[in-house]
Amino acid sequence: MSIALKTSASVGLSVSQLVIKYGDITAVDAISFTALPGRVTVFLGPNGAGKTSTIEACEGLSAPTSGSVQVLGLDPFLQRKQLNRVMGIMLQDGGIYPSARVGELVKQYCALYGNGVDANALVARLGLRDVSNTTYRRLSGGEKQRLSLALALAALPEIIFLDEPTSGIDVNGRDLVRSIIRELRERGCCVIVATHELDEAERIADDVLVFHRGNIVASGTLHELRSGREEIRFRSSSLIDVHSLSTTLGYTVEQTRQNEFTISGTSDSRVIVQLTDWAKANNVDIGDIGAGSQRLDDVFRRLTAEPAS
Amino acid sequence: MKLLRIQLACELRILARNGEQLLLILGIPMLLLAFLGNVDLLPTGDQSSIDFLIPGIIALAIMSTAMVSLGIATGFERSYLVLKRLGATPLGVPRLVLAKALSVLAVEIVQVILLVGLAYLFGADLAVLHLAKLVLAIALGTLAFSGIGLSLAGRLRGEVNLAAQNALYLVLLLVGGIVFPLQDLPSWLQWMGRVTPSGALADVMRDVFSATSTYGASSLVVLLGWAIAGQLSAFKLFRWN
Repeated sequence: MSIALKTSASVGLSVSQLVIKYGDITAVDAISFTALPGRVTVFLGPNGAGKTSTIEACEGLSAPTSGSVQVLGLDPFLQRKQLNRVMGIMLQDGGIYPSARVGELVKQYCALYGNGVDANALVARLGLRDVSNTTYRRLSGGEKQRLSLALALAALPEIIFLDEPTSGIDVNGRDLVRSIIRELRERGCCVIVATHELDEAERIADDVLVFHRGNIVASGTLHELRSGREEIRFRSSSLIDVHSLSTTLGYTVEQTRQNEFTISGTSDSRVIVQLTDWAKANNVDIGDIGAGSQRLDDVFRRLTAEPAS
Repeated sequence: MKLLRIQLACELRILARNGEQLLLILGIPMLLLAFLGNVDLLPTGDQSSIDFLIPGIIALAIMSTAMVSLGIATGFERSYLVLKRLGATPLGVPRLVLAKALSVLAVEIVQVILLVGLAYLFGADLAVLHLAKLVLAIALGTLAFSGIGLSLAGRLRGEVNLAAQNALYLVLLLVGGIVFPLQDLPSWLQWMGRVTPSGALADVMRDVFSATSTYGASSLVVLLGWAIAGQLSAFKLFRWN
């Protein structure tokens, strides 16, 4: 399926001051961003953060309250017909007749898009050959997700929106989805993935937009999101006075989870030596010491932390 | 044309797999015709029960298939997000609506053949059956009722759509002169029944089967009006999402 793209849009997706309201509720609050072809842009955020609302506005499936969206240089509402020929979408859930069979459905979508995708090859690529004659309602959760992805790929997309593509999929299925995402990127497709799974984002993202309460609270490459956020992590089952330890080390020490502590702002080995000296002097057991960039889940937790009430 | 053909094939496949639905839309009108056509319950005037019933039962079959069955199935497709997904393909609303109307038409052809065959077995007089007018009446009735059904399904939430389709069906059945003569109703109801799509279709069908239309060409005009209004409304009100 390594076929060259038909358009040469320099920007895959451009969103400017997008606002989406449902009655009095503001789901998306004046966000702006761009996503590039040949890159995987991940919308990361907790449930209800505004990811799916943003995606649906970009797909032309729901009208924004205000702001503008350009997909491959086209307006998804006014030029929907043109865009629908080259846009692949994978809904978060459903979208398929329960009584439709896998093989005939993929064939139907390949024919509807008319971009020359071989339905049988697509069924085989997604590992669905054995269930080709099975109805949608009888598929497992993972098979349903793979079928939904197959329908998105039937468009031979130049831009693809994947909403929670690995949700409910087993390890092998996840590997398959990731390899397909990599293929799409290599082909020059603009790949947009919405997920709340941090591990998944770490594995596939080139660029990350962190959504929280309808806003984008951080954006950039994974490296950019983590840079300047060095830390030392260690575990201890002892009771530790974090204020006293912070004063001793000259860096902020926090308890991030049960028995897990973080020293923020440094990964310097001298601080590790100081820490072990302090532990020895105070008869505190520590272990699992690690140093490096902050993990994405810590970046995410910090960015989406609710203020204490 | 190609996209229409693809979607029509899909609609027919899905319909053929929905055995319970097919049984209901084919079985109920036949059961009604068999029962009411063989008992002397209805004020049928000079006509035999079966001669009186066959036009109304065919109108009923068209209404239940084109409006209720199609409307409810489309409502379910909305709740399964099938319409939302199709909305992101090059299919487009006009082709989807037309594919659905054509799939309904295919079922109706089977219904009419079965019902007319059954009526013939029960001794109906089909000597004056006007085939060309029958085709026209089926086509207009289908357009009118599928337009109404899709308008409701395209806008209302699943449960509301289900209730609305059934309630409307009941009203149109009662005031449409389908199983008893419109003239036996109070005058204000007669007027109302005359301008409903069910009343107009039943009257046109009486003209088709026994040349006993009460309102003549005006019923055809009313039906044509509903066919145009129904389709325009479906295109206008239909939403993918």
